[in-house]
Amino acid sequence: MTPALTTSADTPGADTGGAAPAVRISHVHKSFGRPGAQTHVLDDITLDVAPGEFVTLLGASGCGKSTLLNLVAGLDKPTAGAIEVPGGRPALMFQEHALFPWLTAGRNIELALKLAGVPRPERRAEAERLLELVRLGGSYGKRVHELSGGMRQRVAMARALAQGSKVLLMDEPFAALDAITRDVLHDEITRIWAERQLSVLFVTHNVREAVRLAQRVVLLSSRPGRVAREWRIDLPQPRRIESSGVADLSIEITEELRGEIRRHGQH
Amino acid sequence: MASTDTTPVLELRKAATDTAGVGAGLDALDTVSAQRGSLGEALRSKALPPLIGVLVVLALWQGAYSLHLTSSYKLPSPTDVWHSAQDLWYQGTLFSIIWTSVWRGLSGFLLAVVIGTPIGLVVARVRPVRTAIGPVLQGLQSLPSVAWVPAAVIWLGINDQMMYAVILLGAVPSIANGLVAGIDQVPPLFLRAGRTIGATGLTGARHVLIPAALPGYLAGLKQGWAFSWRSLMAAELVASSPDLGRGLGRFLEDQREFSDMSGVLLGIILILFVGIAIELLVFTPVERRVLRNRGLLATSK
Repeated sequence: MTPALTTSADTPGADTGGAAPAVRISHVHKSFGRPGAQTHVLDDITLDVAPGEFVTLLGASGCGKSTLLNLVAGLDKPTAGAIEVPGGRPALMFQEHALFPWLTAGRNIELALKLAGVPRPERRAEAERLLELVRLGGSYGKRVHELSGGMRQRVAMARALAQGSKVLLMDEPFAALDAITRDVLHDEITRIWAERQLSVLFVTHNVREAVRLAQRVVLLSSRPGRVAREWRIDLPQPRRIESSGVADLSIEITEELRGEIRRHGQH
Repeated sequence: MASTDTTPVLELRKAATDTAGVGAGLDALDTVSAQRGSLGEALRSKALPPLIGVLVVLALWQGAYSLHLTSSYKLPSPTDVWHSAQDLWYQGTLFSIIWTSVWRGLSGFLLAVVIGTPIGLVVARVRPVRTAIGPVLQGLQSLPSVAWVPAAVIWLGINDQMMYAVILLGAVPSIANGLVAGIDQVPPLFLRAGRTIGATGLTGARHVLIPAALPGYLAGLKQGWAFSWRSLMAAELVASSPDLGRGLGRFLEDQREFSDMSGVLLGIILILFVGIAIELLVFTPVERRVLRNRGLLATSK
């Protein structure tokens, strides 16, 4: 089996075919701290996500992946540069499910619907539909603590989708799950992404996960975070995380990632 | 370029159907089902131990009395106290005494909630206000509210307003502090999650901040009630006037003036009984409900 791999050296986002990107990150810098004692977290990041594209951001700790996601989500402002999300406030999923424990699974989703302006009579049915989508039909009245880790993350996914945004940002959403559950959720997110034609920006430090899911893997260097390299993954979906195609690419990307990390040990 | 051009949705659905089976299996394996015991079991495990506790105290008391450890005017027997209660019952004043105090206590407490809650919100969320009055508010909690009685009498005279003033001075700080503590303990993740789904400002306070702070707030309310009740008893004990209705504190002080020890003990027991009853009937059910809904209630075996 030949790994379908193209390394694009050209400018990121140039292959959107002229259509407006779902997310446009241009020359974004981010530093924290007072002037004089600043830490550079992100350095000149330029990255587009095309409509309907699945992009994974890969990097070691300290590469500012989560910071970048917070900027795109509008939870923080870049020090310099611009971020455009033409479709409005994107949805964000965290590593923790972040569901509200005082509400049932269904009510969590309904709150997001309400805040997104969905009129009251439609909320209940829409929440049921979203639960059905993440295969949790019949869990409307369940309390958060009654659900397993994987189920909570699926409710969180439904809540994110309830915002009605076509752009979904995911910050290591499956990192805290066991391997089997994670595998199932990979299949689910791939299916939902395709069905709903979402644009996904997915942060992870797991190379195989990145290759399993993405159409494009973007490797960030650490401290400060820069776009080091990117790969277009043309393996057909549905992929399996243990398939040889995914494995071969993962080896190559891991080598590159290790190289990035090694550079930090040298000075 | 839409994703559907490169990824056949049907294919994905087919693969996902297979996944769904695995997912459903995992869900079934991982789901915890909370079981509630039978009523008989609940009675045995919840009601029996305190009942035994009360019986032991009564037995010790009766024992001390029977052994003549001290003269009987200092330590009457449980039966004597029971007779005092019966006398009060036949005079028809037992309930009016209890009700006078309970009414004052509860209405004072509700007023304290209405005043303490906005204070707590402002102290928790507005930094300069917090720096300015936060420490004072906390310090006030350790000031016994009986210390306010002389001041309140001079300001307001011996009347109902003075009683309410003492209740408020005792209860408002603990209610406000409870809310502040509750808000401080809200995980920042909830606030971030709230903001990403668009709950900001007042909407955020209503849908995220306040419900998230509810357990701490309830603890503050419970303490606020305890403080209200204590403050009221202190005020009733100290302030005596024929214009005032006769509450439990007044009843207790009257019995002391008559040197009627079984009446005094009856007063103490009634004050304790009312305090516990309100907590058990009002606060405990609400608190348990809130905690159970959030999966925070340890199911003790």
